[in-house]
Amino acid sequence: MLLGFLVVIAIAIVRLRNLVAVIMLTGIYSLHAALFFVALDAVDVAFTEAAVGAGISTVLMLATLGLVGHEESRPSSRAWLPLAVVLVTGGALVFATLDMPRFGDPDAPIHRHVAPRYIIDSPRETGLPNMVTSVLASYRGYDTLGETVVIFTAGVGVLLLLGGRRRDDEEQE
Amino acid sequence: MALSLYNYWIVIVLMMTGFYIVIRSTNLVKKIVGLNIFQTSVFILYISMGKVEGGTAPIVTDGATAYSNPLPHVLILTAIVVGVATTALGLTLVVRIKEAYGSVDEEAIQRQDREA
Amino acid sequence: MTHHVVLRVVAKLIIPLILLFALYVQFHGDYGPGGGFQAGVIFSAALILYALVFGLDSAQRAVPTTAVRVLMALGVLLYGGVGITSMLLGGNFLEYDVFAAEPAAGQHLGILLVELGVGITVSTTMLAIFYAFAGRRAAR
Repeated sequence: MLLGFLVVIAIAIVRLRNLVAVIMLTGIYSLHAALFFVALDAVDVAFTEAAVGAGISTVLMLATLGLVGHEESRPSSRAWLPLAVVLVTGGALVFATLDMPRFGDPDAPIHRHVAPRYIIDSPRETGLPNMVTSVLASYRGYDTLGETVVIFTAGVGVLLLLGGRRRDDEEQE
Repeated sequence: MALSLYNYWIVIVLMMTGFYIVIRSTNLVKKIVGLNIFQTSVFILYISMGKVEGGTAPIVTDGATAYSNPLPHVLILTAIVVGVATTALGLTLVVRIKEAYGSVDEEAIQRQDREA
Repeated sequence: MTHHVVLRVVAKLIIPLILLFALYVQFHGDYGPGGGFQAGVIFSAALILYALVFGLDSAQRAVPTTAVRVLMALGVLLYGGVGITSMLLGGNFLEYDVFAAEPAAGQHLGILLVELGVGITVSTTMLAIFYAFAGRRAAR
């Protein structure tokens, strides 16, 4: 049901040419995705998606629009080529899903390898009831360190590109 | 059988919608919106795979018999935040392109490049 | 900006609550849903709301740009430092068991510190990005 809403919003985003409306819809889309994550037991993920998607990224996109203008011009080329590419790719992916395990199947390969180890042993080994936190910070600490560095690097990149430093230097001179 | 794969099909529809926006739209901001939709569809794919029937959220509670797989949650949790950081980087590039070319329309930028 | 009285009063009421909630999410992430990533994002959302309602200048007076940049790096350093400390104490990189006599207690401490590092980096990076965008607009 929620997924249906997501599709409707995504198609509305394709059709709209006013970018402010597009970005508002993106925020709503994120909020719906967050609700869907709650329905699938991913509470931590839903939390993040709601704060990031509906909060921060909407603000950043609006700030960008304030700098670049908010009307999209009509593309001059025809729509059939992109549409054909998308339909062929989508068809191939649907064909690929036929091999996927049933939704919610407890015996799917993804649930048989490391997940039982985390679920059974992590409360004892780390003393924490929230498995997501213990996997995030302890078992997969290297990954998380990498992700943190990526965020840091992206932040540094933004600062360099938008020349915050240069303006500071001018003020000092 | 048909309904059991419904989630994955919706993911594909969303993914292709995002893909369509990326290749069809000439506006750079809208391309980034398309990438975001694509990205969210991947998140939904992962979380759908992590769901276990009759399971509950992966936080130890009394009386729970099965938990959903915590691993996809961890991966996607970090991916969302990394995603917003990289989106911000992309938007920064758009702002710089606007300042350099006076436009965020792909066709106008290419026209200027050809003339130069 | 001055005439949005309702907005200002409501913002004044809820911003402290958002900040408090962010801290709760940060330090209660071990037991309920939450953790460094979520807390960082919520924390920066509160500060961005403050900047939107009261203007960029007053936000930058409250949280200076320099402090934001230093904290950005400090969060990553805290994370890496936890790893190095565990190596110095004789464990592997990011092996928290060595922090306390009991492995579970060490794990708890390590996770708490690492999550704090993540929270600091995420919140200040988001804030730095917002400052960069908003400052660009003010400069034009």
